[in-house]
Amino acid sequence: MIDIVGKRKWYFLISVCLLVPGIISMLAFGFNLGIDFSSGTVMTLRLSQPVEQAALRQQMSDLGFSDATIQKTSEGDFLVRTRDIDSDEKIALVDGLKKGLNIDVTIRDFATVSPMVATEVARNAAIAVLVASIFMILYIAFAFRHMPSPFKWGFSAVIALLHDVLIVMGAFSILGWLTGYQIDAMFIVAMLTIVGFAINNTCVVYDRIRENVRKGINKDFAITVNSSILETMARCVNTSLVVILTGLALYLFGGVTIQQFILALLVGVLVGVYDSIFVAGPLLVLWDRGLKTESKAA
Amino acid sequence: MKTSDTLLLLFIVILVGFSLWAITPLDGDRFGRRGLTLGLDLKGGAYLVYEADLSKMDPSQTVDQVMTSVLSKIERRANAFGVKEPIIQRQGENRILVQLPGEKNVDEAKKLIGQVALLEFKETTSDISGQPQTDDKGEVIWTIATGIGSDGLTKELTGKYLKPNSRVDLKPNTNEPEVAFEWNDEGAILFEQITKRNINKPLGIFLDGQAISAPTVRAVIKSAGIIEGMDMKEAQNLAIQLNSGSLDVPLTVIQEQTVDATLGSDSIKKSIVAGAIGLLLVALFMILYYRMAGVIATLALIIYGIILTAVFKLVPVTLTMAGIAAAVVSIGMAVDANILIFERTKEELRAGRTLGAAVDAGFNRAWLAIRDSNVTTFIACIVLFWFGDTFGAFLVKGFALTLFIGVALSMFTAITVSRLFLSITAKVVKNTWLYGVKA
Repeated sequence: MIDIVGKRKWYFLISVCLLVPGIISMLAFGFNLGIDFSSGTVMTLRLSQPVEQAALRQQMSDLGFSDATIQKTSEGDFLVRTRDIDSDEKIALVDGLKKGLNIDVTIRDFATVSPMVATEVARNAAIAVLVASIFMILYIAFAFRHMPSPFKWGFSAVIALLHDVLIVMGAFSILGWLTGYQIDAMFIVAMLTIVGFAINNTCVVYDRIRENVRKGINKDFAITVNSSILETMARCVNTSLVVILTGLALYLFGGVTIQQFILALLVGVLVGVYDSIFVAGPLLVLWDRGLKTESKAA
Repeated sequence: MKTSDTLLLLFIVILVGFSLWAITPLDGDRFGRRGLTLGLDLKGGAYLVYEADLSKMDPSQTVDQVMTSVLSKIERRANAFGVKEPIIQRQGENRILVQLPGEKNVDEAKKLIGQVALLEFKETTSDISGQPQTDDKGEVIWTIATGIGSDGLTKELTGKYLKPNSRVDLKPNTNEPEVAFEWNDEGAILFEQITKRNINKPLGIFLDGQAISAPTVRAVIKSAGIIEGMDMKEAQNLAIQLNSGSLDVPLTVIQEQTVDATLGSDSIKKSIVAGAIGLLLVALFMILYYRMAGVIATLALIIYGIILTAVFKLVPVTLTMAGIAAAVVSIGMAVDANILIFERTKEELRAGRTLGAAVDAGFNRAWLAIRDSNVTTFIACIVLFWFGDTFGAFLVKGFALTLFIGVALSMFTAITVSRLFLSITAKVVKNTWLYGVKA
């Protein structure tokens, strides 16, 4: 039998290696915040003729938008980010670009958020994540109320959850300064979906441990946990694979608007598989025995 | 077959038949619904959040009265502007959410809707030479025109005394647009006094403090008048605003999201392709890995897709890009329940049970895990829906609602369709290899 629980210190070490760079990045650089949290304007411009990015940048700065960041999308449109502007400024900007570059310009999408709203969004998103997590933990505690020391289950589930969320947040903090990935409201949605998914996976593993403890398949709790993990492994991998397959299809063919969201989701699901096999179960054993290697799993 | 199973099968057949009827053709009329209801990001349009400045409100009224009045005026303006099915909702204490689906002229609509549009009339005082008095900079000093009302009180003449029948006319000679208006009884009393004392003097017409025109009064006028000095669009908008009444408090746009319709239709095409490819990959994986059971899962998934589309059409659920993402994610979750059941069934088969017993035991044992995992997802959805209004606008709410419906429906198809088909198939196809276990 494959011994996952016995080698738990190595798997915890892998988790620490995944966690540390992200946490350092979050503490040192924070996140690259999108307009939902930092206020400002994002718009996608479609130009009737190809224009050099440098020419567009020059024209923007001539019009008083020297702070604007411009990115070319894979579809040949330009994604422009700047401070929050009102209708008159928007019209003036488009007219200015049309005249300055001598082409036609259409705004494909436009979003602007004022600083006041941005502060509220950040606060409410934090509350939403907290409230959702608390309710999910309460539900788990309720579902495992008949087990000895139910706290152990609840706390382990919370730690497994934080593990997933922190790794994904860390990854996107790093991506923020490496590739310019911006955290927006949809990222919060992705995080909550990951939280749901992680709890979901942990539930299935713990569910099996609970069942096996009741059946009394082995006196040794560590061995019971290990067999439960192995029994649920196929399910965890296959379920995640199915979500990854659909997610990948959306990422590759679904268009740029939701690509970042799907990427966050995919990373979360991958971390979730690792967590449900190598972290969630062993955490329960850690609670009782620390990192000591116990009698060999049969 | 057990009676309960026969009834269940009948129920599933009726449900699927009904759903198929409801969605074919997709834009066919079923219970007054045609096609899928698309969100702003898919069909284009604008999502605006206005904030009302309540410090400027009339202290004799309650906040609710003021906001209700503003909302109904905005609604009238949006309808008069020609927006199809505008959604206007109060949000929190002093915010108004305005959705203008399919609107192409967003900037103009935004201005028309959010402008206070207080119409005022102002007069001048003459100096010794009979010229209007000016200030140090040589600008004419305007004072608000007042008159004695029917109740003996002094009143300012504003747009609130207009009948709601202002219209745009073309001047016969020049074809220039003008807005023709009529006073109500009280307005006529005031206007008569004001025009009488201002004959051969200019009378300033101001909108929100900005002068529109200042015609010279030629005769005493009682009940009606015209406003000139605007282009056609301005005149049309002014007529709409005068008819709706001026807003009780000033509004500012604090959040805006506008999507061009062409981007929306691009997104739809792309997500349909992505969804189809995703579904195909999942079906392929399931059939290769779980064989016969995979075929059943795929069938359950197709049924899930049909019922989901029918629910989207008939409720109707407003589909957004985020909602489509949620629907695709929910495909994964729908399959999860099947996987849980199949894995359990395989274990029971390996433990030496007969096929029929293994299917029953597999389902019963998997149920707890299915329930626990779906309930946690529901909790996330409910919280997201609750907070959806306060962040990320319609994206978050759309995602939460669609995921909730998707997961609920997937749970239903797993515990009815998959289980039933599996137990029926188990009676016919006995080869355990086909269920993923070495024979």
